[in-house]
Amino acid sequence: MSEITARNEPVISKKIDKFFIGLANAFKFVKRFFQEVWFPPYEFKEILRQCYEIGYRSLPLISLTGFIVGIVFTNQSRPSLAEFGAASWLPSLISIAIIRAMGPLVTALIAAGKVGSSIGAEIGSMKVTEQIDAMEVSAINPFKYLVVTRTIATTLMIPILVLYTDFVALMGSFINVNQNELVSLSTFFVQVFEAVSFLDVFSSLIKSLVFGFTIGIVGCYKGYNSSNGTEGVGKAANASVVMSMFLIFIEELLALQIVNAIRYA
Amino acid sequence: MHSDEQKKVVEIRGLKKSFDENHVLRGVDLDLYKSENLVVLGKSGSGKSVLIKLMVGLLKQDEGEINILGRNTHKLPLKELNKLRLKIGFAFQASALYDSMTVRENLEFPLTRNVKNLTRKEINAKVEGLLDSVGLPKTINQMPSELSGGQKKRIGIARTLILEPEIMLYDEPTAGLDPTTCIDINNLINQVREEYNTSSIVITHDLTCAKVTGDRMAVLIEGQFESIGTFDEVFTNASDPKIKSFYDYNFIQ
Repeated sequence: MSEITARNEPVISKKIDKFFIGLANAFKFVKRFFQEVWFPPYEFKEILRQCYEIGYRSLPLISLTGFIVGIVFTNQSRPSLAEFGAASWLPSLISIAIIRAMGPLVTALIAAGKVGSSIGAEIGSMKVTEQIDAMEVSAINPFKYLVVTRTIATTLMIPILVLYTDFVALMGSFINVNQNELVSLSTFFVQVFEAVSFLDVFSSLIKSLVFGFTIGIVGCYKGYNSSNGTEGVGKAANASVVMSMFLIFIEELLALQIVNAIRYA
Repeated sequence: MHSDEQKKVVEIRGLKKSFDENHVLRGVDLDLYKSENLVVLGKSGSGKSVLIKLMVGLLKQDEGEINILGRNTHKLPLKELNKLRLKIGFAFQASALYDSMTVRENLEFPLTRNVKNLTRKEINAKVEGLLDSVGLPKTINQMPSELSGGQKKRIGIARTLILEPEIMLYDEPTAGLDPTTCIDINNLINQVREEYNTSSIVITHDLTCAKVTGDRMAVLIEGQFESIGTFDEVFTNASDPKIKSFYDYNFIQ
């Protein structure tokens, strides 16, 4: 893929030029993904392998984090609700918080750290050791094999991981509520389902798709454009995490505005 | 020397390539004839690797023409360029084996993606045959990280041969190897030519490798070929001080 490069004489200043050139190259990269994703070869085997790596291998970390988030959030929310005699509303409050925001956000941030960095480092190391060039000279499309497959895998896996995190966090919350308020599992989940609407779950899943796409494409972009040997690989991994997290927060803010507009329309 | 009747498989004219202010190639002309091994010599950073990367379209030239098997690579759309790439084997300096794949998968990867309707038996036969011919049949299930530098180079060459190329490009095939392994790799380069009837360009700064593998030498100095001919024509009694210093430097090393 031909990259846009800086002119010898900067148009505004070297830093500003570099920023806009980076932006233009990132857009070209995303555009190429959407151009190539529809056409064969589809590399199903590699997509499945990546789904396993990204989804299944993230389960232990996601489980632990989700469970702890559920317990801690419930514990911290109790005093405020108890002050108004509303401790029985805990399941409703926690479920709304987890499904609307905490589940997707916590999962996406953890995946950005774990998956985004690993994609950035893996593709970065393939780039600097000429493995990507080796694919190209063998008439294999490296973009398709490396970028499209990983981005599809993160886009598919993050929503599934979010649903799983939601469940684990709610179980953590239930254990805490059960210990303190002696609420049964069925009562807890009746309250949860009463509080949560279709829009909450649907918007959370759509948001997670976007988060997953962001983590995949940013990791691939940073890895694909890494240079300067092993130092560049480290930088690519680091930049993948930082950029993914930054974009996830921006997307979360935008999603909040859009969903609220729909909810209160 | 080559008569005009001999078939040119590569014809390069007026090739120029710069990276910012660094003019790496300054108008290179080069011919490669059918079944010959041409060695491109030059110091590190002289543009040898850039030359072969331009040939396979990994880099784009600023000026000049590259004709490979009668096709102008610069003007080819990607689909056509990929068809041409199948006829060119590129052995990378650091082997560029895919880290996440076993040796078998490394060899199968370009084959299964470019040749359709092969049975498992045919694929196995091809992979095992190639590993036999590079002398490493036992490495088939090993990961690249378990191989030595020399073994990686051999597997890298085997991987390029799986598509039966007409032209082989070797980028520093003996770099970083001990003298004994260098001899093995040099012999392998000659063996590949005999068995697969390939025409090759060998990029190196190792004069021993050049002497053993090359029919002709081309010395790249400051972005241009200073001298092209047989080893004796180029180096024995070389009068050009740049070539003489390159020769002396190599043997003192």
